[in-house]
Amino acid sequence: MGMQIAFWILAVLAVVSAAGVIWQKNLFRAALLLVLCFLAVAGIFVTLSADFLAAVQLIINVGAVAILIIMSIMLTREVTSGNPSGKLGLPALAATGVLAFSIIITSVSSYWPLSSSSPLEPTTAALANLLFENDGFIFLIQLGAILLLTTIIGAIVLLRKED
Amino acid sequence: MPGLEHYLILSGLLFCIGLAGAVIKRSAIVILMCIEIMLTGVNIAMVAFSRFITPVELTGQIFTVFIIVVAAAEIAIGLAIILALYRNRNTIDTQKIDLLKW
Repeated sequence: MGMQIAFWILAVLAVVSAAGVIWQKNLFRAALLLVLCFLAVAGIFVTLSADFLAAVQLIINVGAVAILIIMSIMLTREVTSGNPSGKLGLPALAATGVLAFSIIITSVSSYWPLSSSSPLEPTTAALANLLFENDGFIFLIQLGAILLLTTIIGAIVLLRKED
Repeated sequence: MPGLEHYLILSGLLFCIGLAGAVIKRSAIVILMCIEIMLTGVNIAMVAFSRFITPVELTGQIFTVFIIVVAAAEIAIGLAIILALYRNRNTIDTQKIDLLKW
């Protein structure tokens, strides 16, 4: 019962704050609403008994990504021009509405082979075993390290002053 | 306990809200924010499938870890490109950045 209440509160919070990112005229408030949406999703991860992912979501998305976005809003003086919409407003809303409707219909009417076993708790040790074992996902971990290094170098090269 | 369908509907709604924002909005930073919302919706679907269909194997949570890594890399490079654009053209309105438009 407590899980049910928590899920509904967090789900409504996530959807409303995500819609607020679009509706909000003030760009800075839109960024803060994005942070609220990330926080609600971290709570959703907790209700799914994914404790490690909730912590990762808090540290990376709520911490790092939010600060990056707010810093770049400050650096581009974008706040003064508000949050304008393009010409495609109504057609885009209609198309995504149809897409959302079909997603809801499909997920309700499909048959899912649900498993009745209870989830692992805590998940951190099991995730570490899967990620770092030799027959696990160790190759993707190394690929991810290369990706992050390339990202750092790319960001430096893009923003370096020409001299 | 809410079922798998509830989480899938939530993830679909977040994905569609992000998609609508990414198509409608003109500011490049808001478009990046909406893409983050889309990726978050996909993450919820992954974790929900992992919780309800393979609760012991955790493969969906591994996918989510990699989605978060790629999303962090994407947002860093995206904001660097936006700042470089702002430095050169003094605007990040996507309707005014039309150098390659014929």
